[in-house]
Amino acid sequence: MHLEEMETIRYERADGIATITLNRPQAFNAFTPTMNQEIIKALKDATKDAAVRAIVITGQGRAFCAGEDLGGVDDETDHAAFLRERYHPMMRLIKETPKPIIAAINGTAAGAGMSLALAADFRLVKADAKLISAFMNIGLIPDSGFLYELPRLVGYAKALEIAVLGESLSGQDAYDIGLATEVFSADEWEEKVQSFSHALAQKPTKAFSLIKRYMMDGMHEAYEVMLEKEAQAQRIAGKSADHTEGLQAFKEKREAQFTGQ
Amino acid sequence: MAEHRLIKALVTEDIGVIELHRPDRLNALNRQMVAEIREQAEAFDQDETIRIIVLKGAGRSFAAGADIGEMMTETPLSMEIADPFADWDRLRQIKKPLIASVHGFVLGGGFELALHCDLIIAAETTEFGFPEIKLGVMPGAGGTQLLTHVMGRRKALEWLLLGTSMTAQEAHHFGIVNRTVADEMLEEETMRFAQALAKQPPLSVRFIKEAVHRVENIEDGLLLERKNFYLLFNSADQTEGMQAFLDKRPPSFKGE
Repeated sequence: MHLEEMETIRYERADGIATITLNRPQAFNAFTPTMNQEIIKALKDATKDAAVRAIVITGQGRAFCAGEDLGGVDDETDHAAFLRERYHPMMRLIKETPKPIIAAINGTAAGAGMSLALAADFRLVKADAKLISAFMNIGLIPDSGFLYELPRLVGYAKALEIAVLGESLSGQDAYDIGLATEVFSADEWEEKVQSFSHALAQKPTKAFSLIKRYMMDGMHEAYEVMLEKEAQAQRIAGKSADHTEGLQAFKEKREAQFTGQ
Repeated sequence: MAEHRLIKALVTEDIGVIELHRPDRLNALNRQMVAEIREQAEAFDQDETIRIIVLKGAGRSFAAGADIGEMMTETPLSMEIADPFADWDRLRQIKKPLIASVHGFVLGGGFELALHCDLIIAAETTEFGFPEIKLGVMPGAGGTQLLTHVMGRRKALEWLLLGTSMTAQEAHHFGIVNRTVADEMLEEETMRFAQALAKQPPLSVRFIKEAVHRVENIEDGLLLERKNFYLLFNSADQTEGMQAFLDKRPPSFKGE
């Protein structure tokens, strides 16, 4: 077990799972420049750490993440510059990280906090948590990859409703439209997040990384391009230790022990 | 095979592979390395058992630019006399197909070397660019001519004037690279491509390459680029740009 307290987040590692806990509960875990930087550092550490096979992002206290801390936004703010400088490097890293990233949405995910949840590979939602775009409530548009991710995840019509009409999604709503993988009640939350993450971390995570690398491309690339990407990715997976183990376990009629190699 | 210090040469059946081998410097090109590449490419060109020549980089990158320390104190006259680009001219005379198999950083002289090749296969996380302008100079080994021939004046100017890097996807979009492949598959896919080419009739290959190259007709442009490159070594901005690069600080350019 490894624990690191940074200024705005907590980084823990145990049993192959790295957990990044946004830790500004007094501000509903709203983003600050420091938090963007610390999330980047934690993701890089988790990516480099061979023992880590799944990454959980969650929030301390009642909220998951309230998005940008509006305390720092005024007439002088250049919104494009702060996206390019602070958010885009963080969002790109989430997409580039080869390990599975789970957003464990323990409470409200609003604005860029919802964008963060959308960028994750899986979303687990506490039943009483809420996802809300919120951007249009202050005359802004959803950002940080939101416009890219949401129509791909739930289809254009639903994505437009969520972005424009401003209704919040409960855990159950998120599950019903396919946005959340699971909804857990408050009393079983930590245990269920743990068991989901643990199960994911036991999978052939090398193969996972290849699916993550290419599957989103299937939403916009030509069929022929995808066939070729699949062929190359399958060649890589076919040379992995996990494939050898999977074949062996299949022949021996036992459960495979994957290592992510 | 001749002894080389900065490259390695290997042969797989009828494919000759030249590997840039200065991995601790991300294969930064210097005159010695370019001379060795040219020598080996000519040797493969003369070798009847070789049909295709592949260029690749050892370590984390294909080639991240030129050796700035080596260039720092050059003057227009010292370069005119030394004629460091003679090796590049001879590289363009190679008759067999040259395939660049690139990954990591392909910058400056490294990008020019890739553009000198007939075909480019790129790992999908490769970054290409001409950062010379940030050092107060410009590409001198064909970059302005070869890039413009591929992507057209307007896009080429954007990349050359900003000096920013382009992704492999952008390079593919503009026709700079033939294929982008999974990073892990670069070697295998390059060899698969090379083996397919090696099966084509060698005389047709040779004469098609010669005819296609004639379309570019870039010799005058190359000469102008070279003289402009030399000229910049008489400027204060070149000294400042390269010194700032070595000092790892932002440069302050004055237009002098």
